[in-house]
Amino acid sequence: MRATHFCGACGKVQPPVPVDYFTFFGFPRKLNLDGALLEKEFYALSRRLHPDVYAQSATQERAWSLEQSSLLNDAYRTLKDPIKRSEYLLRLEGVELEEQSKQATEKARATGELKKQVVPPDLLEEVFELNMHLEELRAQKKMGEDDPALLEEIGKAKISLEEKNDTLFIELKSEWKKWDAAVDSGSEEERKKILDKMLDVLNRRNYIRNLLRDVNEAIETP
Amino acid sequence: MTSDFIVGIDLGTTNSLVAYMQGEIPAVIPGEDGLNLVPSVVALDEKNQVVVGNAARKYLIETPERSVYSVKRLMGRGIEDITEELKLFPFHLADDIQAGEVLRIKIGERTYTPPEISALILRQLKRNAERFFGGPVAKAVITVPAYFNDAQRQATKDAGRIAGLDVLRLVNEPTAASLAYGLDKKKNGIVAVYDLGGGTFDISILKLHDGIFEVIATNGDTHLGGDDIDNLLITIALDDIRGDLGLDVRRNGETVARIRKAVIEAKIALSSQASATLDVELPGGKRYQREVPQQAFEQLIQPVIDRTVGPCKQALKDANLKPAQIDEVVLVGGSTRIPKVRQLVQNLFGRVPHTDLNPDEVVALGAAVQATILGGGSEVTKEMLLLDVTPLSLGIEVAGGVTDKIILRNSTIPASATQYYTTQVEGQTNVAIHVLQGERELARDCRSLARFDLKGVPPMPAGMPRIEVKFLIDANGIMQVSAREQRSGKEAQIEVQPSYGLTDEQVESMLLESFDYAEEDFRQRQVIEARREADTILAALVKGKKNDAWRQLTSAERRKVETLEKALVAVKDGDDYHAIRTGIDTLNQGTMRLAELMMDSAVTTALKGKAMDDTGLEEGPQAGHPVAKADFE
Repeated sequence: MRATHFCGACGKVQPPVPVDYFTFFGFPRKLNLDGALLEKEFYALSRRLHPDVYAQSATQERAWSLEQSSLLNDAYRTLKDPIKRSEYLLRLEGVELEEQSKQATEKARATGELKKQVVPPDLLEEVFELNMHLEELRAQKKMGEDDPALLEEIGKAKISLEEKNDTLFIELKSEWKKWDAAVDSGSEEERKKILDKMLDVLNRRNYIRNLLRDVNEAIETP
Repeated sequence: MTSDFIVGIDLGTTNSLVAYMQGEIPAVIPGEDGLNLVPSVVALDEKNQVVVGNAARKYLIETPERSVYSVKRLMGRGIEDITEELKLFPFHLADDIQAGEVLRIKIGERTYTPPEISALILRQLKRNAERFFGGPVAKAVITVPAYFNDAQRQATKDAGRIAGLDVLRLVNEPTAASLAYGLDKKKNGIVAVYDLGGGTFDISILKLHDGIFEVIATNGDTHLGGDDIDNLLITIALDDIRGDLGLDVRRNGETVARIRKAVIEAKIALSSQASATLDVELPGGKRYQREVPQQAFEQLIQPVIDRTVGPCKQALKDANLKPAQIDEVVLVGGSTRIPKVRQLVQNLFGRVPHTDLNPDEVVALGAAVQATILGGGSEVTKEMLLLDVTPLSLGIEVAGGVTDKIILRNSTIPASATQYYTTQVEGQTNVAIHVLQGERELARDCRSLARFDLKGVPPMPAGMPRIEVKFLIDANGIMQVSAREQRSGKEAQIEVQPSYGLTDEQVESMLLESFDYAEEDFRQRQVIEARREADTILAALVKGKKNDAWRQLTSAERRKVETLEKALVAVKDGDDYHAIRTGIDTLNQGTMRLAELMMDSAVTTALKGKAMDDTGLEEGPQAGHPVAKADFE
């Protein structure tokens, strides 16, 4: 358990020191994280930082406990989710996910090029067809019509997207492995390469997730 | 150490309770009437005195315009979002309430905000606890529906303050219930708590792990409960009466209140009987009678109870769990006594729900457990820790009226989010932020929590300032905000305009007012208690006069006692506490000799083998606990 959260003499809560979420838990900045260990640490820290423990303490200690436990909860929420954890690491390493795509959008606008991160080119044809189908489905639903063949097509596309989603997750995990190794011994350049690759995987994954959401919405809407 | 009592309070829509830890077991503190449940009813009696609980119930029928119930439904709400409520509940609102204002309810000639009415209920509970402990109670844990939003929570906290309570924590009702259940079952696993009360529905899914109660997901509806079932039956009765008897009694408050009472009794009976009868006296000597078979009742309420299914499914989805992964299901709230509700829960989760603890009391018992945890813990609670979540996402209105969610629902609290703002105009020194709560995409579909005005931003070119705003949801589920301009390091001033709440000053002045009332109340209580004591001693004297001992007194002694007796009779029905007190004390003094003689004769009689019962000896008057006024920081 991280010692800096508590007073060395009396064991009570201390004001938070600005640290990243990995450091808050006393973990290295690595992406393969033992979920059981994380949970164990979270519970142990909760028992000592939570405002309930300081309900009758001095105002200052109550304020510190509130700040520290909100930090703890924010950190836990981010680190326990593999995608949020990866995105958080990218941001920590100076890669702004949103800005990247914003920049990409501006660049795409300026040059007339296709926005790479947003529509992965290898998906272009599939996405175009799927969007047509979805459009058709929505129109049919409005008219109260029912076309099992169309639903089947969309169902197939959905399965294909889910498979891609799974593949991307495996890809992401293999980047984790590379990153964790590079934290210990890699060069700056090497790490940059891994981060770029991870950003690409995450962007693709986000794109597919959004598509899947659209598909589900279109299917579920009566 | 009496000042250290921390009680647990369930401030319910229909009933409220106060509980404490009796050693290692939580127990409900009964009221003076010996009952555990204090109906959440407030009324003004003939003398314009505030009456709360069971004593107030009769006024619902006798003087409906001078009483109020189910006020919890109005907590933290504005006039514009209670139109549905007003159709179904006889709330008498002040005429001049504007949109966005705190509601004011008329009771007789007085008006009260919902937090003030809740404070009256809380004060009654506080008083019950003080009578029980014989000392002041100043700290409490109060429960709220898990799905209460920020404004509703804030209103509950305000009510506590107005009642003179330091609210150490607001605890979510289903979570509190799980604490009560978890006490003796040191088990690990996933628990679902289904809580259908008088006016609110909650579903919470928790993970129990070595004493840690971690809420994974929660959902609900703050306007769904037994009240809705009552209203269905009332509507049918009103239609019947109009159709069959040609009487329109919808505007007759007294009759509607009678129907409501009959309907509730029928509803309760139908949980254990195949049929119940509605029987209501109507104006003009007419009578409304109708047989309600259980089957018809169940059909009628199906749409109401079906509304609990959606939130349950959403909570499971948010928790990423299948029903089969739930290890135990716990039922909370009076409405879960309805067999049809139990059946629905059983179908939903595929297992028989737990009902070992009284569904009316389990929340208060859990609140008492949490009170002990906050008080430093006991042997059984020392390993226990509650990790709750925020039920609704917190968002900020961004360009185009869209909600930008910054803290997602089901985040463990305390939770925080930091946002950065800048200016759009040269030299702009103010930035406005609109904070919302809810899941919808558009700001106008979410609940407006507050508007913040960041003031004192140093004048800089547009886009230059970088204002860091930190939003934090505390362990009560209530939002706090702080802001800093980063380039200048200046703490930006925040002006908060709660969308439906009371300002701190308002709460403060209500607190002071309640002290005035408390003084008044206290004096009245003193008078009533003294009067009761006078009655007891006078009755004892009447008996005493029949005793042989009376004849053993000298005639002068007898005359003196009778003078004192007359004096006490003369003052006891007045409102002068000191006069009654003096009368009691002097009569007590004056009858000392009589009492001694009676005691002697009792002992002699006892020695002769006669039973004590025949001696006419009675227990002396009980000294009432003077309830001390609590000290507040």
